[in-house]
Amino acid sequence: MLTYTLRRLLLSIPTLLFIAFVIFMLLELAPGDPMASMPLTIPPEVKEKMREALGLGRPWYVRFPLWLNQFFIVEPQYWFDQTFGTNFANGAQRIISFQSRSPVFDTIAERMPQTLWVVGMSYVVGVLIALPIGIISAYKQYSVFDQAGTFVSMIGFSVPPFFSGVLLIVVFSVQLKWLPSIYDTTHVVTGWDSFVFQLRQMVMPVMVLALQTTAQVSRYMRASMLDNLGQDYVRTARAKGMSESVVVMKHVLRNSMLPVITVIALGIPAIFGGAIITEQIFKVNGLGQLLITALQGSDIPMVMTITFLLAVLIVMMNLIADVLYGILDPRIRYD
Amino acid sequence: MTDLTNVEMEVVEKPRSQWRDVWDQFKTHKGAVAGLSFLIFITLFAAVGPFLWDVDPGRLDIRNKDVRPIYMGLFDSSAKVSWANPMGTDNLGRDIMANIMQGGRISLAVGWTAMVLAVVLGTTIGVLAGYFKRLDGLLMRFTDLVLALPLLPLLLVMMLLFRDPLRAAFGPETGIFLLIVAGIGITSWMQTARIVRGDVMALKEREFVLAARSIGTPARRMITRHLLPNVLSPIMVSATLGLATAIITESALSFLGLGFPSDFPTWGKILFDSVDRMTSFPERVIWPGLAISLTVLAVNYIGDGLRDALDPRIRGH
Amino acid sequence: MKLKTALLGAAASLALAPMALADAHEGERGRDGEVKIIYWQAPSILNPYLSGGTKELEAASLIIEPLARYDTDGNLVAWLAEEVPTVANGGVSEDLKTITWKLKPGLVWSDGTPLTSEDVKFSWEYCTAEGGGCAQGEKYLDVVSVDTPDELTAVVNFSVAKPFPYGPFVGAQAPIIQKAQFADCMGPKAPECTDENFGPIGTGPFVVTDFRTNDVFTAVANENYREAGKPAFASVTFKGGGDAAAAGRAVHETGEYDYAWNLQLAPDVLAGMAEAGLGQNVAAFGTSVERILLNQTNVDPALGDQRGVIGNPHPFLTDKSVRQAMSMAIDRALLTEIGYGEFGRLTCNVLPAPAIFASDANDSCLVQDIEGAKGVLEAAGWTDTDGDGFRDKDGIKLSVLYQTSTNAVRQDYQALIKQWWEEIGVETELRNIDASVFFGSDPGSPDTFQKFFADVEMFTNNFDGTDPEAYMAGWTCDQAPQPSNQWQGNNMPRFCSEEYDALRAEMAVTGDINERARLAKAMNDILMQEYIILPLTHRGRNSAHAVSLGGVALNVWDSELWNIADWYRIPG
Repeated sequence: MLTYTLRRLLLSIPTLLFIAFVIFMLLELAPGDPMASMPLTIPPEVKEKMREALGLGRPWYVRFPLWLNQFFIVEPQYWFDQTFGTNFANGAQRIISFQSRSPVFDTIAERMPQTLWVVGMSYVVGVLIALPIGIISAYKQYSVFDQAGTFVSMIGFSVPPFFSGVLLIVVFSVQLKWLPSIYDTTHVVTGWDSFVFQLRQMVMPVMVLALQTTAQVSRYMRASMLDNLGQDYVRTARAKGMSESVVVMKHVLRNSMLPVITVIALGIPAIFGGAIITEQIFKVNGLGQLLITALQGSDIPMVMTITFLLAVLIVMMNLIADVLYGILDPRIRYD
Repeated sequence: MTDLTNVEMEVVEKPRSQWRDVWDQFKTHKGAVAGLSFLIFITLFAAVGPFLWDVDPGRLDIRNKDVRPIYMGLFDSSAKVSWANPMGTDNLGRDIMANIMQGGRISLAVGWTAMVLAVVLGTTIGVLAGYFKRLDGLLMRFTDLVLALPLLPLLLVMMLLFRDPLRAAFGPETGIFLLIVAGIGITSWMQTARIVRGDVMALKEREFVLAARSIGTPARRMITRHLLPNVLSPIMVSATLGLATAIITESALSFLGLGFPSDFPTWGKILFDSVDRMTSFPERVIWPGLAISLTVLAVNYIGDGLRDALDPRIRGH
Repeated sequence: MKLKTALLGAAASLALAPMALADAHEGERGRDGEVKIIYWQAPSILNPYLSGGTKELEAASLIIEPLARYDTDGNLVAWLAEEVPTVANGGVSEDLKTITWKLKPGLVWSDGTPLTSEDVKFSWEYCTAEGGGCAQGEKYLDVVSVDTPDELTAVVNFSVAKPFPYGPFVGAQAPIIQKAQFADCMGPKAPECTDENFGPIGTGPFVVTDFRTNDVFTAVANENYREAGKPAFASVTFKGGGDAAAAGRAVHETGEYDYAWNLQLAPDVLAGMAEAGLGQNVAAFGTSVERILLNQTNVDPALGDQRGVIGNPHPFLTDKSVRQAMSMAIDRALLTEIGYGEFGRLTCNVLPAPAIFASDANDSCLVQDIEGAKGVLEAAGWTDTDGDGFRDKDGIKLSVLYQTSTNAVRQDYQALIKQWWEEIGVETELRNIDASVFFGSDPGSPDTFQKFFADVEMFTNNFDGTDPEAYMAGWTCDQAPQPSNQWQGNNMPRFCSEEYDALRAEMAVTGDINERARLAKAMNDILMQEYIILPLTHRGRNSAHAVSLGGVALNVWDSELWNIADWYRIPG
């Protein structure tokens, strides 16, 4: 297993470089112009000069290595300098956003708190609710609980957030005036009262997002449990006189986790990709909003950096999932 | 030669009774029957409806804008209702019923096609990667790559490269349809692929597979007879979720200006356009919202019923 | 000295007295607490020289200010300058080549240091520095030097006679920045100065405390602001993001915010929100016109790289009767009512304002005339010979591709216009394109509004300030986007008229305002009467503010937040 992990880690370096290249070329090919959001009153000659100042005049085979250098060498140097007070970076150019002309990593760091609070929390909540629902639904298949769970989760999944989010705002912010409709990203939790405020502003976006996660994970959990509950080994275990809870929670659950692990692992990079529509509706302005505004403004350095960071997460999470398969089911061998 | 006849005989004889069994079992699942009935109904509503309800969904009748659905007349005698528009009209006076029918055609077509494409691609890649160790690395790294691609620029590039050739070859409507279906399909198979691969890797080491292999079963038979039936349930789940995702993604694309032209209604787009007027005209979000949700729910129940019906361990009971 | 001060004080209090009586909102600086503003597009930077976006200009206008700016009626008013220089008061030279600005005495930056003419000069140097990519370069066009004879005087020298010399240092686009702060940020170094770009030191009523790009920023009242007792608010929260509907909801329905910018929503939606009673919609009209352009060149994809090239005339849009019929078939009153309600006005001009420039020669377009349009087509020989419902002539079918950017109101316009055109026998295919592609100028993309690879396109344009010369210059022959100029230029229909070009040349050398107005009207009338541009709606800017927020004066000629120093909270 260890050699497999090491081999995969080594292999992920060329994989990621290749992915970076593909993303870069995709963005290069995609139509779009960072000057498109400028008012039409700005004359074309001025726009052309602005484009040059952004470095867009140079061909891709110059800009791609430049980005690689900035991402893998300059940025870690800055990070190191900041932590230990050294000066390795020596004033080298960092990755600069076209829109804000500021280092993209600073903006990404600025967006992390609200992304983790809202999207991350909703994921944890969603998974924690989904697992028991999936298990009970499968164990008591076609019971009232199962039917209700199925109904709610499928409706929840099929209602798009641009509708459910606005519906929640209309009910809880406009009619009842219980919850704020606009998320305050500058809010800092310092004590009990501010914590309560934080909870109030998180409730609606977390609910909308958690519903999606819950629906998805609980369906896979239920299906996989059902498959395993009918297996011979379950009958054998019961016949041996094992208690029902040991049979279900230890044997069946463990064997049913493979697809669930896959889904959960694939969902984690998505947290950091943010929830574009939900963030937009509640004005959470996390990484999802950052990515979509960057995409709409053709802010190539920003889009490139965020998508590449996501790619790193995707590759790592899938590696972790593969390792977990081996631990959960020792029969799976990779060598 | 003998092998072939054996297989053929199996195909001719056995399946008949097997599929009869499956159908009998399926019929006992109430949810599945209800789901199937609804699916047939909504498909007929969208496919045949426009012939019976002969109103052009794109026709604007500005004098008759904001007509409320007919049942509003029951609660509120002052409501503007008209039998000519039983579900009411929108803010430009387009008939909502005709739009839901027309929108259903496109949404169902996009949903099904993209879902089938995603499931077929995902299952194929997942099975190949899980079964053939040599392909695993390559296919899974490819999956990582596609997972990492941002959808929006990808679609923009596809539009740039293929829109005009497709428009010339199939006309504007079909051309855009093909593009969108392909776009959604090729960016939503990865989860299925990874799940199927994981399950296949585990199944491959099970006793019955080892037994089958020891008697020299060829890979193709192994996959179709032993592996696929056992990964059916996660595939069913991804198919159901995939259908919902495809319908919703299409509406998100229209919102970003990458979808169908504005004069082609889809359920998602009708829903999206109506959100701003949700409090004054709730019917405009309820109808398309219900249509999407019930379709997804119906497919889910059919999936459940099929899974039970195809599982011989359950079928016996 | 003492007497003089006392007299000045008396004069000031006399001048202020009627205002104070009218609405009793005088008092200490910062007495009204916090004001919350929401822009559904978030500002990404606070340096307008590095971003020409409206949201950035307006956000920055809380902090940095120009020498003079436009008021709500489009008149120039002195801001940091003592008065607006004119030829009459000797501030502008007779040859129109220099303009002399005098700063108000005693102005200080928010850090307490004095504002001098050196800062004025520096602002010009900053924007024109090589490699800086200044977004407002146009404002400083033809400036050869800025002299600073003393601390309060800045003399701008132009290389040519400028009939309208109010480009540099005027309006939200060209504010004064502090030399001491930006001295190391010239040219290519501009993007490295993140702290400066996110927190410029200014003379305005507020000082930035925390700026988060594309999200939110907070600012507090400037302790060194030149007017006592202003601003009334101690702090500003300026939030961005979401969409127009959500911003409207936050002001009208939940009352969480005090001011929402640019609510591009259907009028019935806005009116419905206002019913909640917490907010109030305000509108003002500038020069924005939603218009349709009719392409004069052939853009058939089969032409390959000859698409849209001037040598290939359009198969039927070059026929004036077709263009005229397409214009006659449009019901502008209905469009405006549905799309903008009271935030839109009818117009038959592409140059609708200021009033002195608005022509009344084309008002016949206000009435829809479907039958008349059919008659015009019939008379020109366009008939439906093959019975498919659409007219044709010599094997050419009237069939247009109609493109615009993605936007709910534009899609409603498209649907309505399509119906009318099909009624007169012109087949219409709609296409909507993501705004970032449509308004971009990526040479690789066929979907930009400048390439105009469609028969008909629709969007809104306007001009800065009140002088239409640069705007009207956009439709001369040499402004047509062509492969030879990398598809740059504003003459998207690729219209070419010698008469028009002659008028434009005349305007460039005419200083008299009435004469300029005559020329501008004549140019407008050519475009209208040739039906190259079909104006649809004169669009207003509409924003909303809480009923408890006083002092708002919506301004479309400058930043909407131009008078935020005068805003106050209405008690109760």
